Amino acid sequence: MSILIDTFFNIEVLERSMPLLLKGLWVTIRLGIVSILAGLAGGLILALLRLYAIWPLQFLARIYIDIFRSLPLLVLLVIVYYALPFIGIRMSPFWSAMCALSMVSAAYNAEVFRAGIEAVPAGQFEASEALGLRYGQLMMDVILPQAIKIVIPPLTNNSINVIKDTALASVVAMPDLLKQATQAQALTANPSPLIGAAVIYILLLWPLVLAVGRLERRFGQGKRT
Amino acid sequence: MTGFVSIRNLHKFYGQFEALKGIDLDIAEGEVLCIVGPSGSGKSTLIRCINRLESFAEGSEIVVDGTPVMPGPALAKVRADVGMVFQSFNLFPHLTVRRNVMLAPLRVRKITTAEASARADTLLKRVGISEQADKYPGQLSGGQQQRVAIARALAMEPRVMLFDEPTSALDPEMVGEVLDVMRSLAGTGVTMIVVTHEMGFARQVADRVIFMDGGEIIETAAPDEFFSSPKEIRTQNFLKTVLNR
Repeated sequence: MSILIDTFFNIEVLERSMPLLLKGLWVTIRLGIVSILAGLAGGLILALLRLYAIWPLQFLARIYIDIFRSLPLLVLLVIVYYALPFIGIRMSPFWSAMCALSMVSAAYNAEVFRAGIEAVPAGQFEASEALGLRYGQLMMDVILPQAIKIVIPPLTNNSINVIKDTALASVVAMPDLLKQATQAQALTANPSPLIGAAVIYILLLWPLVLAVGRLERRFGQGKRT
Repeated sequence: MTGFVSIRNLHKFYGQFEALKGIDLDIAEGEVLCIVGPSGSGKSTLIRCINRLESFAEGSEIVVDGTPVMPGPALAKVRADVGMVFQSFNLFPHLTVRRNVMLAPLRVRKITTAEASARADTLLKRVGISEQADKYPGQLSGGQQQRVAIARALAMEPRVMLFDEPTSALDPEMVGEVLDVMRSLAGTGVTMIVVTHEMGFARQVADRVIFMDGGEIIETAAPDEFFSSPKEIRTQNFLKTVLNR
């Protein structure tokens, strides 16, 4: 029993590696937030292209969404970091990871936005058009405010996935939470920092997971009118 | 003579199905026109073409107050000047009643918030909804919602109002309050084109009644003549059915 505690829950090792872990956490949070925001913006643009653009753009948006939903994130990340330099595109680990994460989450978010927009009744579009609203006004004032309630829970879910997937960035030498933990593990010859990282991930994401549940209940069973 | 709203050779296809088979119709400024007919006769399609919620076949022509109803910048002007009231109200559920009425004047007419708010209050009073201005549409009855929808359309100060079966989705006891608002609107100078099943309203309020069937205008007449001595056999049969006589 004491071997187990010494190996995985070694307080002294944890204390020593905590500064490293917190540094990693900060990188993870920064990477997560930037990727989530880019993924949300990209997803909304893709969804609008997919629904309303002229057909060649619509087609491209569709191809993009399908491809990036079928491509494993790790593969994309490796391509961005290790393959793109061969054609002269060189990015730091942070930006490589951010690109890969947001490109994939944009594809998933696009499908969520599309479903949300399509869930708004046709009569809302017709009433707005009949009043003479322009397309941008119709979207901003009428359609998106209604769609947003439908899409917030699944978008939050996608965003949680983005933060979890930031751990993959350790593969391209990003000093994120997982990378720092594995380094601390090597340094101390003890896996307790990994357990520490796991606890930090859970502390970071559990509130968000709970929030999704609350949002789903609130928007799911509220008045439909 | 061409009308304030002028429709020439209007064809509409849904795939192979021809919903409108060459409609010619002129509506004078200030006229109240009621369109009646069995369901599937094309009457709703016809008025939805007037503000181009439905596209129509090439060679067809609709002109509203001198402006052709074609895709492009001119369409925005036509839509701003043509109000529409739908069978299913289509109020914006996330906005209060007052904001529903204010939205289009703010965005399209670019008037100030204060002006829009004052205009909304006047109109809501006119349709008898002033007390509900800060509620959301979902908190109102069907009849109240439809009256708000009329106020919302009127807020754009339209020259033409289109009513697409405005009372068909209402509980019977609420039909009257909506018809009352429409009746008071007739004769204010706004041109009204009303698709309806309310024969009493058509008879009482319309300047002219049109009977449509199978995508064509079968008969046009003044209301008294239309209801007391319809000429076409199809009109007679329709009236027999709906009036139970």
